[in-house]
Amino acid sequence: MSELLLPPEHRYAKIIKEKLNEDGSELSILNLGPTHPATHGIFQNILLMDGERILDAEPTIGYIHRAFEKIAENRPFYQITPLTDRMNYCSSPINNMGWWMTVEKLLDIEVPKRAQYLRVIVMELARIADHIICNSILGVDTGAYTGFLYVFQFREKIYEIYEEICGARLTTNMGRIGGFERDWSPEAFRKLDLFLEEFPAAWKEFENLFERNRIFIDRTVNVGPISAEQAMAYGFTGPNLRAAGVDYDVRVAQPYSSYEDFDFIIPVGKSGDTYDRFCVRNAEVWESLSIIRQALAKMPEGNDYHAEVPDYYLPPKEDVYTSMESLIYHFKIVMGEVPVPVAEIYHAVEGGNGELGFYLETDGSRTPYRLHFRRPCFIYYQAYPEMIKGALLSDAIVILSSLNVIAGELDA
Amino acid sequence: MALENTEIQDKLTQNFGESVFNFQQQKDIFTFEIDADKNKAIILFLKNDPSLRFHFLTDLCGIHYPDNEVNKQFAIVYHLHNWYENKRIKIKTYINGEKPEIKTISNIFLSANWMERETFDFYGVDFIGHPQLKRILNMDEMISFPMRKEFPMEDGGRTDKDDRFFGRTIDNC
Repeated sequence: MSELLLPPEHRYAKIIKEKLNEDGSELSILNLGPTHPATHGIFQNILLMDGERILDAEPTIGYIHRAFEKIAENRPFYQITPLTDRMNYCSSPINNMGWWMTVEKLLDIEVPKRAQYLRVIVMELARIADHIICNSILGVDTGAYTGFLYVFQFREKIYEIYEEICGARLTTNMGRIGGFERDWSPEAFRKLDLFLEEFPAAWKEFENLFERNRIFIDRTVNVGPISAEQAMAYGFTGPNLRAAGVDYDVRVAQPYSSYEDFDFIIPVGKSGDTYDRFCVRNAEVWESLSIIRQALAKMPEGNDYHAEVPDYYLPPKEDVYTSMESLIYHFKIVMGEVPVPVAEIYHAVEGGNGELGFYLETDGSRTPYRLHFRRPCFIYYQAYPEMIKGALLSDAIVILSSLNVIAGELDA
Repeated sequence: MALENTEIQDKLTQNFGESVFNFQQQKDIFTFEIDADKNKAIILFLKNDPSLRFHFLTDLCGIHYPDNEVNKQFAIVYHLHNWYENKRIKIKTYINGEKPEIKTISNIFLSANWMERETFDFYGVDFIGHPQLKRILNMDEMISFPMRKEFPMEDGGRTDKDDRFFGRTIDNC
C-alpha cells in the first residue's frame, strides 16, 4: 500500500514508543467503539491503556450527525418537532413539548391550564421512561439482566400511553402550537391509572435488587466520581449534576408549563459517582410519579386541550371540508403562511439528561433564521475522558452508561 | 434580593464603557452586545465579580448574517446563568465575515471547549487560543462550513422537488 493511504500516526503511538514500563511491559491503544455492544450507541473512544487501566482517552463523536440545525433553518415550525424527537429518543415528548413551548413563548400564546397539566403528565412519563432505560441498562452493564427485563415492560406500558395520546410510540411528534392535536381519550387515562397502580411496586422491587446489592455497590461506588465544581465547569445539568450535590433543576429554577403548582423535591447525591447517579435517577422516578398523581388530582374541569389560536392551530378536519374560513386557515398553516414576529428566544426545559435549551432566532419568515439546540449530552460528554482516567476498562463502560449519553442527542 | 438588570448594566458600563452596549430585555432574558475583542475580559468579569457571579455557561453558538456589512457577518451568542440569583443573560457579539476570529473562553469555562469546536466546525470561526480547535461533528476532511447560509441544504440539481410550490423561495427560507 502506498504511504499516502496510511492514516497518520496517532499521538498515542508516540507516547507508547517513548514510555516503557520498568518491568518491560508496554502501553497499548484500544479502540472502544464505534460499534461496541456495551456502549449503546455509536461512540468511539481511543484509549491509551496500561494493562487494564486507562491512562488517557480521546472521544470521537458525530457518527450519527444529521444536521438538524441546518434542516430546521429550512422548515416551518410544524416540521421541526419530528427533528426534536430524534435527539433524545428515550424521552421524545419532553423534546416536543420543549419545542412547542419555545414557539409559544415567541408567539405569546397562553396555553390553558388543563393542557399544561396534560403536558406535565406526559413529560414526567417520558422522564420515567428515560430513567428506566438508563438505570436498568446500568444494571445490565454490571451483569444484572433480570432487573432490566423486569422494568422494561413498564416502558412498554408508557409507550402504550403515548400511543393513545398521539398514535406513535418512540418518535412521538406529539402536540401542536398551543396544546395537543386531540384530547386524551378515556383509554389513555385508564392506561395511565393502571400504570400508576402497577409500576410503583415493580420499581420498588427493582430498587431493592440494586441499592444494597454487594456486587452492584462494589462496581459503582467511587467509580467515575466528579466534584460539584468540576461538574459545573463542564456544564453538567440534570441528574448527573444533582448526583454531585448541586440542586439545580430547570423545573424549579424557571418553572414552565405550571410546574410551580406541584410539590416535589429535587433529589441530590453527594459524591457524583456512578452509584449516586443511579440513586438520583431512582429517586426522581418517585418524584415524577408524585407529580403525575398531583396533576391528575388537580386537573381542571372541562376539556380544554389547546389554546384558541386559529392562526397557528389547525382547525378540525370536518370543518375544513365544510367551511371556507377553516379551509383558508388550514391551507395557510400547512403552507407556513402564518405571522411570525422577529425575535430572539431562549427557552429551556428539564430533559431526561439535563437542561434542554432551544435558542431560536426568527426574521419574520416561515422558518427559523437560526435554531440552536442546547443538548445536555453534548456538553457533559466532554468530561468523559477526564472521568475515566485511572479507571479500569470495565468501569469506563459503567460510567458511560450511568451518564446516560444518548447518541441522537450527542450528535443532533 | 434579586439581581437587577440595572445593576448588571451599571457595573459593565463602569468597567468597560463603550464596549458594552444595546442593553435590552428580550422576553424573559436580559441581553446586550459587546465588542468582540473584549469578550474574554467581559465574560471573566461577569464570572468573577462577587455580586454578578455568572458562573455557568449555558450555551454558546454562532450565527451567520451574510447580508450584513462585512464586520458584522458572524455573531457569537453566549448564554450565561447565575444560579445563586437565578438570573440568565444573553451576550451577543458580531465578528468579521472575511476573517472570523474571536478569543476563546474555554479557559474560563471548560464546557466551552466542545461548544467552540462545534461553532468552528459549522461556521469556520477561529477561536484564538483554543487548545484543540478541530472539527467535531463533521469529518475532518470536509473543507466547507455547512451552517453558513450559502451552503445549500440539498443538492440543487434535484428536479423532483419544486420548492416554489411550498413557499420555499430563496427569500423565504
